[in-house]
Amino acid sequence: MFTVRVQAEDFDLAVEQRRVCAGHPDIGAVVTFTGLCRDESGTLAALELEHYPGMAEEEMDRVLAEARGRWPLDGAVLVHRHGMIRPGENIVLVVTASRHRKAAFAAAEFLMDYLKSRAPFWKKEHRKDGSSGEWVEAKDADDQALERWSARQ
Amino acid sequence: MSLKLVYFAWVRERIGKPEEQVVLPAGIVTIGDLIGWLITRGEEYAYAFENAPLIRAAIDKAHAKHDAPITGASEIAFFPPMTGG
Repeated sequence: MFTVRVQAEDFDLAVEQRRVCAGHPDIGAVVTFTGLCRDESGTLAALELEHYPGMAEEEMDRVLAEARGRWPLDGAVLVHRHGMIRPGENIVLVVTASRHRKAAFAAAEFLMDYLKSRAPFWKKEHRKDGSSGEWVEAKDADDQALERWSARQ
Repeated sequence: MSLKLVYFAWVRERIGKPEEQVVLPAGIVTIGDLIGWLITRGEEYAYAFENAPLIRAAIDKAHAKHDAPITGASEIAFFPPMTGG
């Protein structure tokens, strides 16, 4: 099963993994990645995740299609949350399933690199003192992570 | 040509609205032309696009470069580099 979802509510890793594998006894490897809301200095109340409805799903679909063109995947799930997310809570989930681990590992890493730089989501910090903080800035490291996949083509 | 423009994150905050319908004057062919025209519409636009090369665009929900033609588009989005994941 291949699925892409954008949702406000939390997700359950175990449920998603079972769904990916259901009816596929030939799957021998499942890789799951969960991205969490991180508080580095103890001042963050929440991250507000804004997204572009419609394009977010379409872009995640395109990224998934590209991963399927590169690796022999038997299933995958991408879930990205939006709205207010507190430190320690889930933001993003990637599940990849394949016969062997190499494809599942590589595809999961590729999907995360692409999601970070191409899926239309933006994070805004909300501080514990009640002030609305800054928009999180995009990192050059994320673009560099993307470039290494093009270099391999 | 009538067109829906949508804005996200700090581009939306600087312009002060999430979306608007605009009628474009003749001669606007690319995303870059559109940004150039928007900047003339007020200081909120000039502020949003003060570092124009940084701003990302999408034509009908697909990423587009600034030299991409906008002919036939129905919705164009402007936003900062993405920070999801």
